[in-house]
Amino acid sequence: MSPLLNIAAEEIQSPLIPPIPELVIGLIAFVIVFGALAKKLLPNINKVLEERREAIEGGIEKAEAAQTEAQSVLEQYKAQLAEARHEAARLRQEAQEQGATLIAEMRAEGQRQREEIIAAGHAQIEADRKAAALTLRQDVGTLAVTLAGKLVGESLEDHARQSRTIDRFLDELEEKAEASR
Amino acid sequence: MSADPTQVLAFETDCHIFDGCGFPAPGLHSFLFEPLWGNADSNLYFNKTMLLALLGSIIVVGFFWAAFSKPKVVPGKLQMVAEAGYDFIRRGVVYETLGKREGEKYVPLVVALFFFVWMMNLWSIIPVAQFPVTAIIAYPAVLALIVYILWVSLTFKRHGFVGAFKNFTGYDKSLGAVLPLSMTIEFFSNLLVRPFTHAVRLFANMFAGHTLLLLFTIASWYLLNGIGIAYAGVSFIMVIVMTAFELFIQALQAYVFVLLTCTFIQGALAEHH
Repeated sequence: MSPLLNIAAEEIQSPLIPPIPELVIGLIAFVIVFGALAKKLLPNINKVLEERREAIEGGIEKAEAAQTEAQSVLEQYKAQLAEARHEAARLRQEAQEQGATLIAEMRAEGQRQREEIIAAGHAQIEADRKAAALTLRQDVGTLAVTLAGKLVGESLEDHARQSRTIDRFLDELEEKAEASR
Repeated sequence: MSADPTQVLAFETDCHIFDGCGFPAPGLHSFLFEPLWGNADSNLYFNKTMLLALLGSIIVVGFFWAAFSKPKVVPGKLQMVAEAGYDFIRRGVVYETLGKREGEKYVPLVVALFFFVWMMNLWSIIPVAQFPVTAIIAYPAVLALIVYILWVSLTFKRHGFVGAFKNFTGYDKSLGAVLPLSMTIEFFSNLLVRPFTHAVRLFANMFAGHTLLLLFTIASWYLLNGIGIAYAGVSFIMVIVMTAFELFIQALQAYVFVLLTCTFIQGALAEHH
């Protein structure tokens, strides 16, 4: 460029006319920033922001899951408790019923035993009576023989004697009965 | 494009008011830099704004590298800050305008655009650098061009040739006789003016901001003589106020730039323009 043209160029140099070298440098400078941000740094941070969002949402989800679980456990526990109460009530009822049956059974058994005892007593008494009657009959026979013997040996006219003998006999009889008792 | 050697900034000289020298007002020359390397006439050179642009991109990448290269589910402080910035653009800009489904694809571009532009703007108030890279039209222009190419290609891809033409011209039968006029205006507005304003909006804001800062900074130095010292104080307070204001404008303009980008993309994706 000649000096004259140079001066002319300087005179018409407007601040609105961009010099080529500065355009190039401006482009390079911007491309450096854009490239670094778009290719590496912003994807980097986006990944981390996503991770953070997931971590927060994951935490919330976990808390919700824990709450749901706690709720279900509580319901389970309540159900179990109710069941246990039912069971207890049922057992009590059963026990009461069983107790009542048992008492009734025992009462019946007692009744039965009492009747048995009474029957046994009666039988015993009957047997005793029979034995006594048997013994008595034998004794009466013997006594009758003895008495007959005595009567034969004594005078039959003597009523007084007779009656005395009979009285004596009966007294003896009584004594014997007393003694045998 | 070398700076006029006769024009130097006030603080490069010992010039003060009442010293018999004029106020070295900032101007276009304040936005021209002698190449650090190479020859300005050969289109093969390296200057301060280029250095700042490359350094800025390294800082942005470095910041996000430190924050996101080994990201953790439970973030550290740096990662938390970077995530807040990332999330602000992703949700506050991209999802808001394009929706989550359509917008996801453009998140890296918009995030890169925002932080790149913001960093380039921030150079304005970073000591020693103290020059907004975006006050050189080339940088906003190249970004606007990328967005423009994306927008136009997306429109063709989404609507086909006729559809894209209707999209660009805001075709609407109900306009009747005004339609040719409206279509012409819309065509120029969308295809020619829009990318230009997109770039210039950012450029002009940063250009003006830097000029204002320069003006008060130079004035603070220039007025530092005699009665002028009182005014120099006022001027210096203005430097501080304007620096704070610039800090706000830098973020705002970066935000506006990416918001417009998303609006353009949304226009390309929309069924009816």
